[in-house]
Amino acid sequence: MTTLSGQPLSEAIGYSFSNANSAPHREHSFYPYTDNGGSTLGITGSDFAILAGDTRSVAGYNINSRYVPKVFKIGGDDETGDGAHIVLSVVGFAADGQALKERLDAVVKMYKYQHGKPMSVRACAQRLSTILYQKRFFPYYVHAILAGLDEEGKGALYSYDPVGSYEREQCRAAGSAASLIMPFLDNQVNFKNQYIPGSGEGHALEPKKAEPLPRETVEQLVRDAFTSAVERHIEVGDGLQMMVITRSGVEEIYYPLKKD
Amino acid sequence: MNHFPEAWGRPRDDVYGAYNPLYLQTTGPKAHTQSPAVTGTSVVAVKFNGGVAIAADNLASYGSLARFTDVKRLRKFGESAIVGFSGDVSDMQYIDRLLESIDIRENYSTNGNTLNAKNLHTYLSKVLYKRRSEFNPLWNHILVAGFDEDKKPFLSSADLLGTTFSAPHLATGFGAHLAIPILRRLFPEETPLESISKDEAVAALRECIKVLWYRDARSLDKYSLAVVTEAGIEIQEDQQVEAQSWAFAEAIKGYGAQVN
Repeated sequence: MTTLSGQPLSEAIGYSFSNANSAPHREHSFYPYTDNGGSTLGITGSDFAILAGDTRSVAGYNINSRYVPKVFKIGGDDETGDGAHIVLSVVGFAADGQALKERLDAVVKMYKYQHGKPMSVRACAQRLSTILYQKRFFPYYVHAILAGLDEEGKGALYSYDPVGSYEREQCRAAGSAASLIMPFLDNQVNFKNQYIPGSGEGHALEPKKAEPLPRETVEQLVRDAFTSAVERHIEVGDGLQMMVITRSGVEEIYYPLKKD
Repeated sequence: MNHFPEAWGRPRDDVYGAYNPLYLQTTGPKAHTQSPAVTGTSVVAVKFNGGVAIAADNLASYGSLARFTDVKRLRKFGESAIVGFSGDVSDMQYIDRLLESIDIRENYSTNGNTLNAKNLHTYLSKVLYKRRSEFNPLWNHILVAGFDEDKKPFLSSADLLGTTFSAPHLATGFGAHLAIPILRRLFPEETPLESISKDEAVAALRECIKVLWYRDARSLDKYSLAVVTEAGIEIQEDQQVEAQSWAFAEAIKGYGAQVN
């Protein structure tokens, strides 16, 4: 290292500006994400799909609001959502969730204008994955679930990670209480660890086979899952918003939850 | 004097220590706002029958220094919307200029300015979200008060990350801890808006500002209060916290060196 005059540092008098070109790099201290809490849950049946989410929005220990929806109709009317046949839920960072929802909504609408037919849930699911992956190195910090009816009219549910990996599933819980709800769903929807009584000797019992559940059962499962999550997770509560997608459209149900 | 003319008049490292060259950098990464400088504290607002009331004190702090004591943090937009700013004051002034230019442009359009508070809130939240996505945030948390397209009272919040939420009463910063519980007790969330009068709402805000003045060390007893109704905006910018009683202060013990 030399000084301004070109003298070796050790031999020059110590003047300032000797190392003007080696400023240390400062790290960004602005963190562009926050966690707004809450949970979402989707379950499919043979001719319907239900996507639900609580309506609380939090910032740390503060409750921002008791009604901030996490479940949105996609491709419908701007204000009422009429005419939509696809539903998206986003949980995590709410501002990213909002941005993602608006982008997917625009995509589904443009598809209809350009092709003259509604976008299939399969196509929409693939497109959502692409949108998420486009921001692979500055992700939308959300866990998304997409629901609708497939080409055969069966309930379709797709779940995503923040960078766009996705798969079709029968049921999925996401968000802060996912670890509380998902095991309940495994047991009650996919009948994990349930065996047919008296079907074999000792541990050689025959597992109970999973079958699509009727709508009433599924609605009650969703309610039970959320009332239980509210008891044990502080970020979940206030209200439950349920979207039921059937052949005749999307029905929205609101059910109050504990506000504590 | 020595033989290094370029060093003449410069502080000697061996006397004053090395100069931090960080401040002279003209190359290298562009420095964005990493933390706010001159800041405003809480904004509180509540909806009532036929309008919205909003209040904020007139202080701009520089760290713990009460730097400017007559800063108006409630800004008018058009004839029926108010924006309350907390956070960085220079960013507030930038946003205010932005809003001014929109207002002028709208007024030159054939219909006049028809943007309502809801439109304004959508716009501001997108500006904030865009800037956070560029890692160059506008360091503000804002409340927007006014009316929506159906002429119903509108109150909503947006922060530096682009997070948005709405509730019958809202507060930013310290007010989220101190003012919200007062407002929730006075006007429980189930209370219909029709049962809250303008006078009750204004009195509640004055009470909140007083509590904040008592307990928020970055607050001031001079404040602004605005009421948006169908009739227009009433804004009072030099209010004083009245009927102060510091009697409670005597009873507070146990901070710092004083243990009992």
